[in-house]
Amino acid sequence: MILLPESIVIQYKKISWKKYLIISSLFFCLFFAFIISLCSGSSYITPSEVIDILINRGSEFDIIIWEIRLPRVLTAIFAGAGLAIAGATTQVALRNPLASPFTLGISSAAGFGAALAIVIGAGKFIQSYLGGIIVFSYLPLIISAFFFSIVVIIVIIFLAKIKGATPETIILTGIAMSFLFSAATSFMQYFGTTEQVASIVFWLFGSLSKASWIGFWTIFFTFLIISIPIYKWSYHYNALLINDEIAKNLGVNPEKLRLISMILSSLITAIIVSFLGVIGFICLVSPHIARMIIGSDNRYLFPTSILVGANILVFSDIISRIILSPIVLPVGIITSFLGVPVLLYLLIKRKKHWY
Amino acid sequence: MKRLKIENLSFYYDKRKILENINLEVPEGRIFCLLGPNGVGKSTLLKCIAGILKPNNGRIILNGKDLKKINLNELSKLIGYVPQNVRPIFSTTVFETILTSRIPYINWNPSKIDLEKTEYIIKKLGLEELAFRYVNEISGGEWQKVLIAMALVKEPILLLLDEPTSNLDLKYQVYVMKIIHEFVRSKNLIAIFTTHDINLALKFSDILVLMKNGRIYAIGEPCSILNEKIIQEVYDIKVKIIQYDNSIFVTTESLAL
Repeated sequence: MILLPESIVIQYKKISWKKYLIISSLFFCLFFAFIISLCSGSSYITPSEVIDILINRGSEFDIIIWEIRLPRVLTAIFAGAGLAIAGATTQVALRNPLASPFTLGISSAAGFGAALAIVIGAGKFIQSYLGGIIVFSYLPLIISAFFFSIVVIIVIIFLAKIKGATPETIILTGIAMSFLFSAATSFMQYFGTTEQVASIVFWLFGSLSKASWIGFWTIFFTFLIISIPIYKWSYHYNALLINDEIAKNLGVNPEKLRLISMILSSLITAIIVSFLGVIGFICLVSPHIARMIIGSDNRYLFPTSILVGANILVFSDIISRIILSPIVLPVGIITSFLGVPVLLYLLIKRKKHWY
Repeated sequence: MKRLKIENLSFYYDKRKILENINLEVPEGRIFCLLGPNGVGKSTLLKCIAGILKPNNGRIILNGKDLKKINLNELSKLIGYVPQNVRPIFSTTVFETILTSRIPYINWNPSKIDLEKTEYIIKKLGLEELAFRYVNEISGGEWQKVLIAMALVKEPILLLLDEPTSNLDLKYQVYVMKIIHEFVRSKNLIAIFTTHDINLALKFSDILVLMKNGRIYAIGEPCSILNEKIIQEVYDIKVKIIQYDNSIFVTTESLAL
């Protein structure tokens, strides 16, 4: 019997199925993390109890699950996912493996907005019993942080309009914005009282203890609104990876797509950072980890990045709650401690085609 | 019969004139070659036709339709363009890269037809072995084939190639030009390519378009228009034309100063 070589289309479909399998296992992993996260904390609740509380309420732990842990873990999932998709889109649209909404100055601007609100007294704060600072009255803080993030987006759009939306223009404008707002935040800290400075520093540590239902719904809907068009355009982004001329010849307007991508990814980042503070690294690292496990075809890269980002943030949050219990560490610290070894490991094992 | 017609096309970069008053008519099934010194506007002309640059004056008419009045997606289906020297920053596989070029036909997901056309072109260009290799793991010649496959998989009626043989060794130069010949003849495409290699142009083009200072200087069948005098006028260098085996070859004079 002669074995005919498999057709290329069949081989491609087999590879696609493998990729779907990877994506499903990441999804399963996330579900697992979701349950663990609901169980763990200062009082341990068993998984079966958790599921029971989720389905029919009426237990002593109702408030812990519904009002504290559930909004927290759901916020973690969608904040991780949102930061990851923002990072993946920015890297591809700017054709730069180092680019992320953070390098565009979004987080510095949000930090400045929060610092300003604290210094002028819009955000109230008190000393907590564990020695940390707890900021009350978040809303003015969130609004101020969001407002200044939007200022950055507008400056970038304005410069891109007059100088052309090339990756260089966008990245340099972003870096300039980032330095400007960092300097402005330092200025605030220099003249602030000890308590104000402590509050600013505390806010700058990204933390999920600020999670709330309203924060979750805002992040969730923004995530949905931005990720649907990004996913639909995944082949357009593939064309953008080669160069602008190829993209134009394929009917894609590269400057318009780049600018829309910047707006969408900055918007989700601005919202997440305004609600939770600066959670670094997920933007940058999730797309790279995803690229290493699934390749650079954006059709698969975007969903994989989303799941990697969500997984990193949920697992980091679990670790941040149990490692020094009862003290809860800011999750931003853990994401870096967790993400850096993973990235370094993958870099050591890296293959030429990753980038 | 399909044809491309360029009428009074001019292009300025800021205030510098790059192309001036270009008039050209290209019928189907014949390979046109743009030849001329560096900076004469060959690539710019191709980019204007491909819709990548907007000409300041003039019209480009393909099959009786003014290209300005066609939307980007339709234009993309009509024109296959191969740019010079590009490499993606993050690399996808050869198959994924070529499939990407079906964008004008893809809505959410590539259809069975998109996948089959990709397979067809991969086989046609002899890329089967490389189909699932990443594009930065393949050689320059193989990547050039991928770019040509990207232009052809859209099934365009107009093929524009910007120096398709630069950076290629002798074997690949001939191979790539043969593929282009085969497709232009069998699918009756309208085709224009640019090159710096006069001998390659002589061998593989049906009509030669000599350019000088942003204008068309001479046009005609290669053997009939190329002579020592016209090459000196265009390139400002003395050359010798040698005849061998019913073909002519251009060579520069010796380096003796």
